Amino acid sequence: MTRNRVRGRLPVVLVLPAVAGLAFLLVPLAGLLIRTPWTSLSTLLSAEVGEALRLSLICASLATVLCLFLGIPLAWLLARSGLPGRGFLRALVTVPLVLPPVVGGVALLLVLGRRGLIGEHLDAWFGISLPFTTAGVVVAEAFVAMPFLVISVEGALRAADPRFEEAAATLGASKWLTFRRVTLPSVLPGVVAGTVLCWARALGEFGATITFAGNFPGETTTMPLAVYLALETDPDAAIVLSVVLLLVSVGVLAGLRDRWISGPT
Amino acid sequence: MPILRMKATRLADAQEAWNMSKIVNRVLVASAALVLAGCGSGPTPSADPSKVTGDVTVFAAASLTGTFTQLGEDFEAAHPGTRVRFNFGGSSALAQQLNQGAPADVFASAAPANMKQVTDTKAITDAPRTFVRNTLQIAVPKGNPGKIAGLADFADAGRKIALCAEQVPCGAAAKKVFEAAKITPAPDTLEQDVKAVLTKVSLGEVDGALVYRTDVKAAGDEVEGITFAEASQAVNDYPIAPVAKAPNAAAAKAFVEFVLSDKGRAVFSAAGFENP
Repeated sequence: MTRNRVRGRLPVVLVLPAVAGLAFLLVPLAGLLIRTPWTSLSTLLSAEVGEALRLSLICASLATVLCLFLGIPLAWLLARSGLPGRGFLRALVTVPLVLPPVVGGVALLLVLGRRGLIGEHLDAWFGISLPFTTAGVVVAEAFVAMPFLVISVEGALRAADPRFEEAAATLGASKWLTFRRVTLPSVLPGVVAGTVLCWARALGEFGATITFAGNFPGETTTMPLAVYLALETDPDAAIVLSVVLLLVSVGVLAGLRDRWISGPT
Repeated sequence: MPILRMKATRLADAQEAWNMSKIVNRVLVASAALVLAGCGSGPTPSADPSKVTGDVTVFAAASLTGTFTQLGEDFEAAHPGTRVRFNFGGSSALAQQLNQGAPADVFASAAPANMKQVTDTKAITDAPRTFVRNTLQIAVPKGNPGKIAGLADFADAGRKIALCAEQVPCGAAAKKVFEAAKITPAPDTLEQDVKAVLTKVSLGEVDGALVYRTDVKAAGDEVEGITFAEASQAVNDYPIAPVAKAPNAAAAKAFVEFVLSDKGRAVFSAAGFENP
């Protein structure tokens, strides 16, 4: 009853731009689907496509795990510690968002490449070289995607009520226990949202990946790279690849949503 | 690809602005001369039928940006009253634009295949002429740390090797060269374009790569080029021709001749192109 009355008063000033926004996001997608050569779909799907898709999913997932391990503590540091210059640090964390991904890839090469600041020693001491490896893809994707996670989690942490943590502390819980049992559960929606953004961004990553990790089938050729190269010779194949990537990612995200996020939607 | 096209357009814009300022200067100088000479003294010098004036619109492959920009300036200096306008882009995109009726006077393609797309539709009816050739060269970082001596070293899995992907022209040419040399390369990465390959070389991430000779030249000091015999197996010809419905047919012909002249050859050689 109350709900209906509220629904009846949806303000036009909000609804109109909302519908326009939805159309703005979905119409290009529809364009892609309309142009998809559905009849020749099966012939365009080769073993290489499967390999690229598998690599994409694995790398994006590993990059997301890496981001969770490093990003949640970083978000906590930005939100909760009394660190001086936190505002500036917070701005710096968003740099990979602003940087053109190709530039990010070059920056990674300058640091982790064979002649990079750190990469030089990795190579000399341990014989580890990240460029042109699957690990390099994970690093490039994590670099570009981590800010999405950090910003989401940090926002959630700042919005969360610190009194629960204080209460836990007065009851004798250690800081680590408090973090695990009180803080983290209270910001879980933010963590989930950040994880989803992070994974999606990593999955679509192109510029930093091809610049830092290169492109070699089975090792570093992810779906976005395969799409780009297909576009050079066969636009139809490129569209099919994009649609496959789209369907899989939407499928995964929708599936996770039903399973893990059972809140009000 | 869109990035490349954008860059070329921006270059063309800059070029145009520059040309404009040159024209303004020229007009100022000319009017000053007129004032000095006094009014009413003159027969007009436009009676000469071979005189070329007006705008010339040249559609040229992106790899010709540097050389054609210079030739355009030289052409304007040689033919006062002309203005050369460039549209640099990927040859296939330019061919499509021409086939859609884009108003151009001259088309210079980076590959015979793209020229054929235009002659097939009769958008160009004159026989295209090859004005330069480009061949592949081995590119290594300064000092050649990987000690690459020739094409055979590309089969060594221990060395880091970058090639262009087969889908792009430099990759197709590399494939031809390796087939001719009966070498199976062991690349670590197949890059999306020449510029990406050169980045890897100049940063020292790879020991060797195959790119066009002109790219090595343009890359500067960080990259060294090694010539190899099998390069002659994949020679890339650049054809040029006036467009059939050229708005300025006389100037179009004159520009084509200018590109094929000794002066043109000198500009191309300096950039690392080979003469046909």
